[in-house]
Amino acid sequence: MNTHTELIHTLSPEETAAIEAQIAHLPDRQSAAIEALQIVQQARGWVSDESLKATARLLDMSPAALDSIATFYNLIFRQPVGRHVVMVCDSVSCYVMGGEALAGAVKTHLGIDMGETTADDRFTLLPIVCLGACDRAPLMMIDDQLVSGPELADLTNVFERFA
Amino acid sequence: MTTINIDGSDYEVAAGENLLKAALSHHQDLPYFCWHPSLGSVGACRQCAVVQYQNPEDTRGRLVMACMTPVVDGMRVSVKAPNAVGFRAGVIEWLMENHPHDCPVCEEGGECHLQDMTVMTGHTSRRYRGQKRTFENQYLGPFLNHEMNRCITCYRCVRYYRDYAGGTDLQALGSRDRMYFGRFEDGVLDNIFAGNLVEVCPTGVFTDKPFSRTYTRKWDLQSAPSVCQGCSAGCNIFASERYGKLKRVHNRYHKDINGYFLCDRGRFGSSFVNSDLRLRQAGVRIEADLFQQVSIEAATQHLRDLADSGDVVGIGSPRASLEDNFALMSLVGEANFSCGMNDVEAAMMDQIFDLYAKTPDAVATITALERADVTLVFGDDPMNAAPRVALAIRQAARNVHFDMAVQAGVPTWQDAGVRGHAQHALSPLYIATPLPTGLDDVARQTSHAAPADLAVLGLQIADQIASPPSDDAEGFVANIARDLLAAQHPTCVCGTASAEPAVMQAFAAIITALIKAGRKPQMLCTSAEVNSFGVRRFAGLSLQGALDRMQQGSNAMVLQNDLYRREIPAMVSAALAGAGRVLVLDSFETATANAADIVLPVTTYAEHTGTVVNCEGRAQRAYQVFEAEGQDIQPAWRWLSDFEHIDDVLHACAALPAFEGLEAVSPEAGYRTATNSRVPRATHRFSGRTAATAHVSVHEPKTSVDTDTPFSFSMEGENTGQAGALIPYVWSPGWNSNQSLFKFQQEVGGSLTGGEPGVRLGFAPSKSSADGSASSRTKPATGEVNLIPHPQTFGSDELSSLVGAIVERCAPPTLWLNPDDARALGLSSRDGATWPDAKTTYLVQLSDQVTPGNALASVGVGTGQSVLPRDAVTLIKDSAFTPPPDLIARG
Repeated sequence: MNTHTELIHTLSPEETAAIEAQIAHLPDRQSAAIEALQIVQQARGWVSDESLKATARLLDMSPAALDSIATFYNLIFRQPVGRHVVMVCDSVSCYVMGGEALAGAVKTHLGIDMGETTADDRFTLLPIVCLGACDRAPLMMIDDQLVSGPELADLTNVFERFA
Repeated sequence: MTTINIDGSDYEVAAGENLLKAALSHHQDLPYFCWHPSLGSVGACRQCAVVQYQNPEDTRGRLVMACMTPVVDGMRVSVKAPNAVGFRAGVIEWLMENHPHDCPVCEEGGECHLQDMTVMTGHTSRRYRGQKRTFENQYLGPFLNHEMNRCITCYRCVRYYRDYAGGTDLQALGSRDRMYFGRFEDGVLDNIFAGNLVEVCPTGVFTDKPFSRTYTRKWDLQSAPSVCQGCSAGCNIFASERYGKLKRVHNRYHKDINGYFLCDRGRFGSSFVNSDLRLRQAGVRIEADLFQQVSIEAATQHLRDLADSGDVVGIGSPRASLEDNFALMSLVGEANFSCGMNDVEAAMMDQIFDLYAKTPDAVATITALERADVTLVFGDDPMNAAPRVALAIRQAARNVHFDMAVQAGVPTWQDAGVRGHAQHALSPLYIATPLPTGLDDVARQTSHAAPADLAVLGLQIADQIASPPSDDAEGFVANIARDLLAAQHPTCVCGTASAEPAVMQAFAAIITALIKAGRKPQMLCTSAEVNSFGVRRFAGLSLQGALDRMQQGSNAMVLQNDLYRREIPAMVSAALAGAGRVLVLDSFETATANAADIVLPVTTYAEHTGTVVNCEGRAQRAYQVFEAEGQDIQPAWRWLSDFEHIDDVLHACAALPAFEGLEAVSPEAGYRTATNSRVPRATHRFSGRTAATAHVSVHEPKTSVDTDTPFSFSMEGENTGQAGALIPYVWSPGWNSNQSLFKFQQEVGGSLTGGEPGVRLGFAPSKSSADGSASSRTKPATGEVNLIPHPQTFGSDELSSLVGAIVERCAPPTLWLNPDDARALGLSSRDGATWPDAKTTYLVQLSDQVTPGNALASVGVGTGQSVLPRDAVTLIKDSAFTPPPDLIARG
């Protein structure tokens, strides 16, 4: 079974410790909500309903209140994603510089549309508004690596780096 | 006052107010969505744009949001300027992009703020041709439907539910054009004020679920101003009928009581009128469980015979009107009349009367509680006893926000600014109750203990007020005493639900101590039923005294009272068995009615006009909404007296010293509006009058003439400019929804144009000398506990428990135990426990907040019987018990 989609009802001691470490810097437990969600997502790939409930308990807030924060941010994943998340910029600089063509090529290469995950659970493809590197437009980000320029000419080579 | 100029006319407005509220207070038609009189301004929807001009020379002006703009003297604005009109039209077109245009199948249609605003701004043709976003809706429990596609993202729902009512399970989810207002997952909205979302939502996202099952458009409803029967708060309601059924209840604004909001027990529980258990014929018992129907004449003769028998006791009721109780008391004589409360409750009511009589200026209105800077909730949980009172107390907890805002120069109506600046700051709220309450989340400190221990605590508080604690003294008692003494509006709330007179005595000691210390406290005491504060004004027998006489063979007349809910069931059965002949007048089949010899059917609050007195001592009239189905049903006062009109009964009652001033309660039957018209119960668009009964006869039935009130049973008349007590529904040209209320107010959130309904009566010290000393509770032996009644928001109230949606919302009969006691008794959480004469098995809940040696049992739920405080009860584990599914697990 894929560990990324496994339902985990409790937080691991490591997750709890990391969240508590964040709380220690803040005036109240709820203020650590975003950090806590990031920590949970880091460990599990995404934030399931069960993970969210467990996190809300730790932060002493209602699941609905935490979910209102989680669902506000497009980089907190409330649905399972593949092992690697591919984000292609669709903002203005990239658009001008050929972002649509890049997105089209990535879609063709992976055989999925925006918002979808490959059958082997390897890649999830998402659009993103601006990666803060307009000088390199058009570009995309895979996990935490920016991919742009000549690299884009050989997508096979690019994606092979992410098993 | 400040003078502003709107479209060329000068208006006097309150200084510091926002422009939207100022314009609406002058009855201007200025569209808005996200603003609400009780929620303040956030400037989210951009619908109330107007043009503000810089100086007399400025001809162009600039757009401002009226709700976010403070009025300043000499300010010149325009609602009608073309760029303001154009901007507002643009905003609504954009808000309407995703709206499904499903008005014909929407419960809000015809009374929809969104419809009104769309028409008002002139957006009559749709240009958007794109795909609309759609959502899945959620199950939100028995009270509310959810239809998210209709949402226009005004945020009012979460601002009300979360910020105002303190709910945590409804949130704004998602972002940009995928905003979703809902729960984390399907499940019952757990806030007991969730029903107000029906009226807070400007469109049909949250609608009244029971109403939608037997739906009628607003224009087809027949309505009257009424008073909620759910507790002693006496919230004002619009009750509406069609086809002989009470269809729905909406909030009827009263500045001093309910403001803009009701609780769910009132809103959804008021349709008990439609219960299948209604009695519709008079009957005489011929054998056990078998009644024979008799005519009105025969039934009246039975009543006369009983009245003339020379030995009859009359038992009145706190759920019956003053007129009905008065008629019974007059018939049987004061010496033979009991108010129908059990002796403990009656004693506590007497204590309240004594306290109110001694310190009349301290008796608060319900909305005055919102202005408290320090609050003490003492003795019982108002969330259960009188929920609307608890909602007012919740607002008091954030009074400090407004002080902080004023210091920071932020207008108090600037909701987001005020909250953002105050963060988690709260005004002191102290809670001393048997179990945690629904207000504990905003309390500074809480103490939970058995009533007898609370009484001791209360006396300590009074002592500390008399001899103030040093500044560094710590602890619950010292903190309360210090804060109450330092407060400008020290506020204390108590009630009769603890069933412990010593609690009320301690409460009185606190108030007295504050007054002695030169402070001006405000206080309010609640009780369980709608007319407890009215019926206790009649002198007479104790309930125990009446039951004793019955047991010794007296005849009895019981008015709208199920005695099994009052006293120990065995004692009631003995009284009913020993009595001569027992006549019961009630609207419903009850255990008492089933044991009677003669049963007479009487109307409910919706089918007659009656006066009740609330916990502030305010007498209020609930007007008849519609005519009862069944020829034999009549108001109890008609069965019991020869009075011709309800006003005659009221006058006779007002002649008693305890009811001085009662005549002023509301205009009499002869009242007519400025155009010499009656006030219509039906709307001007009421349809089907000639066809509604066509399946019976094609002839249009004659409309009944109402000889008891200024209302007509038709659409003829004038619903404008009348006395405030006579508003049957709110509706104004262009404003079809309940938002039209401001057209009936002198200013937004202020008095009604026609004056406040009702009259506050004075209080006289009680005649009885109730002994309020703490009853000597013995520490129970091992295996025994002292039993304490614990009323619930849903299920303990007799009338609302007749409604299916309320029953769905009831928790199972529950017994709260201290874990140590439970261990000693061999009981665990979610076991079943019972005691020798209990009528049901109780679900065991463990809480270390329960004082050891005590057990709190939910009242009424599942049994319809009283739970009275009792010492040394042996609990028995019911091993055959299967716990019901844990609803909390549904999220």
